[in-house]
Amino acid sequence: MSTLVIDQVTVHYPGSAAGVAALEEVSLVIGPEQLVVALGPSGCGKTTLLNLLAGFLQPTSGQILLDDRLVRGPSAERGVVFQDDALLPWLNVLDNVAFGLQLRGMARAQREAIARRTLQLVDLEGFETHPIWQLSGGMRQRVGLARGLAADPRVLLLDEPFAALDAFTREQMQELLLRLWRKTRKQIFLITHDLEEAVFLATDLILLSPRPGRIAERIKVDFGRRHAEGESARSIKSDRSFIETREHVLSLVFAQREVSSA
Amino acid sequence: MTPIEMSIDADSQSSAFPTSASERNDRPAGLRGSLSSVNGISALTIAVLLLVWWSTTTAGLIAPLFLPSPQAVLSKFWLVSTTGFMDSTLWQHLAASLGRVVCALLSAVVLAIPTGIAIGLSRIAQGMLDPLIELYRPVPPLAYLPLIVIWFGIGELSKVLLIFLAIFAPIAIATAGGVRQVSQNRLRAAQSLGATRWQLLRFVVLPSAVPDILTGIRIGLGTGWSTLVAAELVAATSGLGFMVQSAAQFLVTDVVILGIAVIALIAFALELSLRALSRRLAPWRELGHH
Repeated sequence: MSTLVIDQVTVHYPGSAAGVAALEEVSLVIGPEQLVVALGPSGCGKTTLLNLLAGFLQPTSGQILLDDRLVRGPSAERGVVFQDDALLPWLNVLDNVAFGLQLRGMARAQREAIARRTLQLVDLEGFETHPIWQLSGGMRQRVGLARGLAADPRVLLLDEPFAALDAFTREQMQELLLRLWRKTRKQIFLITHDLEEAVFLATDLILLSPRPGRIAERIKVDFGRRHAEGESARSIKSDRSFIETREHVLSLVFAQREVSSA
Repeated sequence: MTPIEMSIDADSQSSAFPTSASERNDRPAGLRGSLSSVNGISALTIAVLLLVWWSTTTAGLIAPLFLPSPQAVLSKFWLVSTTGFMDSTLWQHLAASLGRVVCALLSAVVLAIPTGIAIGLSRIAQGMLDPLIELYRPVPPLAYLPLIVIWFGIGELSKVLLIFLAIFAPIAIATAGGVRQVSQNRLRAAQSLGATRWQLLRFVVLPSAVPDILTGIRIGLGTGWSTLVAAELVAATSGLGFMVQSAAQFLVTDVVILGIAVIALIAFALELSLRALSRRLAPWRELGHH
């Protein structure tokens, strides 16, 4: 079990307006079996936060530690799933999922066996030899998830993974993500601007506010856990406590907006 | 047909724009006609052209010296294929020309792709190589042909080199463009799966650039093939360009037309086969994915 620590991180982009930080003094711990969701409007620094965790970006000050070791750049121990799937169109589904293992130098038979098992996890059995450009958006995201999981990272980072999908597919994918989270016991960090998605999925909900980007609110939620333990998504989403939490978070978002525009 | 489909169909027919089903099928892309109708029009154009050529020459309206009849060109085709023209048959001329172009193409591919990758990845390489390529690329090959002859003589090397230079620039430029356009997320995805710099190049950058490289080869082969005639001006004893040149000197117009027709057909075949190769190797490009 791993722990990802964000310790007083500040990010200034070169050339941006002086004094306004993309992130300012942000601290956060992503512990074992947590599903942390960062919610916020565009420009609040949530993508910056994910890029820091992935190692695509270095903080201006502060540090990021995975199990007490400094994060210096991208690595296979922190898997990333992108909004635009970022798959390799010249490889079929199976080879895309096995790609991380191939980079590690694993023999073909072995990596294909793992990729097949992972494809079963995301309900894509039978699509192994399909070219990925023939798949729908939802199926491509499943391949993206499977590719991230097959490489067996310690943390899985998801960058608005369902934002480009239609509403029905999005709900299916949210439920799939919760099943995967339960089954693989990976810790997950996900960013989104979809309020209901955030409340439904998170064990820990982080509300970010813009200019400068900082954590405005931290809320413990347990709807995702309830779903993972068998309660249906519809019954959770129509539950009074779910609606109350959602409205509470919404009021916090609006309160934020008034503060920042004042 | 289900009742729902029927009702939709009925709706569309009673709508403000009463178009029949067959009319709609003829124009799927809106303003432009379908591909098959374009091909039909193209075939018709060529047929009309041949008909005009045949009727004017057969009626004796044009002297054979200026424009020989299609029949004459066809019988010349048989004669040149079997007994030859200027000591070589048509196939030997064709083989000589294709040999030069293939030789130039292979060396251009081998050298231009690494050059393009270097330009696309490194600012130093871009600063050094970009101006060199951009300086010689717009100059017509005939303009620097004398220099190549002075430096490298009148042998095969000069001819292949001239065609090579014409093919090299488009491939290098297209490769550099393809390398620069690799999506950042694709690179980041590979990095977060543990890819090293070398693996990024081998497994992400290079395959991403394949469609652009193929486009470069297609353009390069087009310019290379059209440089052929210029290359074979220099002390050649065989080749399609040479055949056309010497036939023109003796006013053997039917051989001139024959040579031009073969050059055009080969160019067309090369273009089509490269398009087919590109569809095969990068089918996702056809669908608008990058």
